[in-house]
Amino acid sequence: MSWNRVKDLFTTYLFVLPAVVLFSVFSLIPFFKVFQLSVFEWDGISPHMDFVGLGNFATAIFHDTSWWVSMRNAATITLLALTLQNFLALVLAMIVDREIEGKNFYRVVFYLPPVLSGIVVGLVWNWIFDGSHGLLNYALHGMGLGHWARAWLADPHTALYGIAVIHMWKGFGWGFVILLAGLQAIPRELNEAARVDGAGEWTIFSKITVPLMLPVFFLVSILTILGTMQIFDIIVSTTNGGPGYHTEVPITRILAAMVGSSRFGYACSLGILFGLILLAVSLVQMRLSKWSSRYT
Amino acid sequence: MDALLTPARPSEKFQLQIWIYKIEHWLRHGVAQVICFTVAVACLFPLVWMVASSLKTQSTVFSDMSLWVRHAHWENYYQAWTRGHFGQYFFNSLLYTTVVVFGVIITASMAAYAFSRLRFPGRNFLFILLISTMMIPIPGSFIALYVLLVKLDLVNTRLGYILPQVNGGLALGIFLLKTFFDKLPQDLEDAARIDGCNKFQVYRHVAMPLAKPAVAVLAVFNALAVWNEYLLAMLVLSDRSLMPLQRGLMVFQGSHITEYPLLMAGIAISIIPILTLYFVMQRYIVAGITAGALKM
Repeated sequence: MSWNRVKDLFTTYLFVLPAVVLFSVFSLIPFFKVFQLSVFEWDGISPHMDFVGLGNFATAIFHDTSWWVSMRNAATITLLALTLQNFLALVLAMIVDREIEGKNFYRVVFYLPPVLSGIVVGLVWNWIFDGSHGLLNYALHGMGLGHWARAWLADPHTALYGIAVIHMWKGFGWGFVILLAGLQAIPRELNEAARVDGAGEWTIFSKITVPLMLPVFFLVSILTILGTMQIFDIIVSTTNGGPGYHTEVPITRILAAMVGSSRFGYACSLGILFGLILLAVSLVQMRLSKWSSRYT
Repeated sequence: MDALLTPARPSEKFQLQIWIYKIEHWLRHGVAQVICFTVAVACLFPLVWMVASSLKTQSTVFSDMSLWVRHAHWENYYQAWTRGHFGQYFFNSLLYTTVVVFGVIITASMAAYAFSRLRFPGRNFLFILLISTMMIPIPGSFIALYVLLVKLDLVNTRLGYILPQVNGGLALGIFLLKTFFDKLPQDLEDAARIDGCNKFQVYRHVAMPLAKPAVAVLAVFNALAVWNEYLLAMLVLSDRSLMPLQRGLMVFQGSHITEYPLLMAGIAISIIPILTLYFVMQRYIVAGITAGALKM
């Protein structure tokens, strides 16, 4: 290789160098470190680490009930978000996709909650759901339904659903934006041609909209699952996992193992377990999505 | 003659059909408006109420539920800014957001330009590696990241909070910008090369000015993410003088749990910049969300 070619390659590598260094230090090393730590019992400080093999994973899978409770809680919120939140998002997207007065206003307003932080949303709703000074109870008393009033986020029966409501309030606008983008990509002529041929609203929806939107539906559902399963900010700013374990979610359990009981190795094994479950969901999703785009 | 010139009256049956059509149309629009309007109110109400509460006093905030405050206590904002340390948090958030956004734009655009335009061994491998974090969820990686930051002596430093976030923005940034550069015509760059520009000058003075729309999307997207970040701030920063707003809000809530007007003022302070950004850069945000979601 000539000297000029070497110099040329060197300057080319300078372009990617900063990104590669940052990525190696802050993504690659931690990625492998998680696997390494997961087979040790380690408090995070002492130089001494006990090798326990797959013991951490065995404990997590067979003995840690609070871990599986946290998975079930997150799954419950996810199920609600998948159905209610995405249904609402779709209905709104279909309405706004048509000509409607105030289209732009609605588009701006619906996407307002998603740009706020989970902390802000949690703190405001915490007060709405508050038992003694909360706005919801105040409204219920005003409507003569005072016997329904309760400390919504401190009551084991309602806490998890309260969290789900907050999460869906923050999240539906995001699904709305993506679904709307998908709907607007459908050529208008398709709908018009069908209408001229005498198709009703329902036929157009089921024979044109749904098949063409399938890939977008899959996309929104996978992102809803991944996002909701990893819910954290809203929990930490409202219930912090309580009452009892009623609103614990995987991320709060991982943090509890790490910061709370100083079991770094165990926390890593929980993280890997959780990551594998999410990966499995993503893979199923990718297959479905491929299948659906072949279908259209 | 007269009878021939006046248009024939539609038959009664046809008139009825017109009426049915009109009523149906009106009903459909009415229902659509009611749905959209209700949801819009549900989106805005908590925010309006939060601002109203931030202007009340400690003694009136729980009894006076009005949304229009007659005697606004603007001094709450001064109190939150000084006594509640929100001035400090605000400055920190502004600093972190600015530095991370610039860091992401510089490192990601340089790498993306190389991946799109320059030829070098290992190009495809490095590209796939750098954007792999978009596909693989690793929810436990923050544990190892924390351990690493302790080793590098970066815990509780500004740099320790900034660098991982620059890295966090790389994958989407490189992906978005490479796609954008790929679509740019190469003639201008070739002309610049012939005129004697070196690779870096072509990148800096030809490619980057053309990439402004993609850079804007990236900037807005990262600004939102950094401004709203909480988990890393909680793990890495323990000095109040280093904390960003989200962390500061949680600290304030923990120590002044009942001072709702000040807490609401703090929240209002924390969302003013993000709302401004949202309204000014609205179309870039929506473009970013769709691009970010459709990356998969």
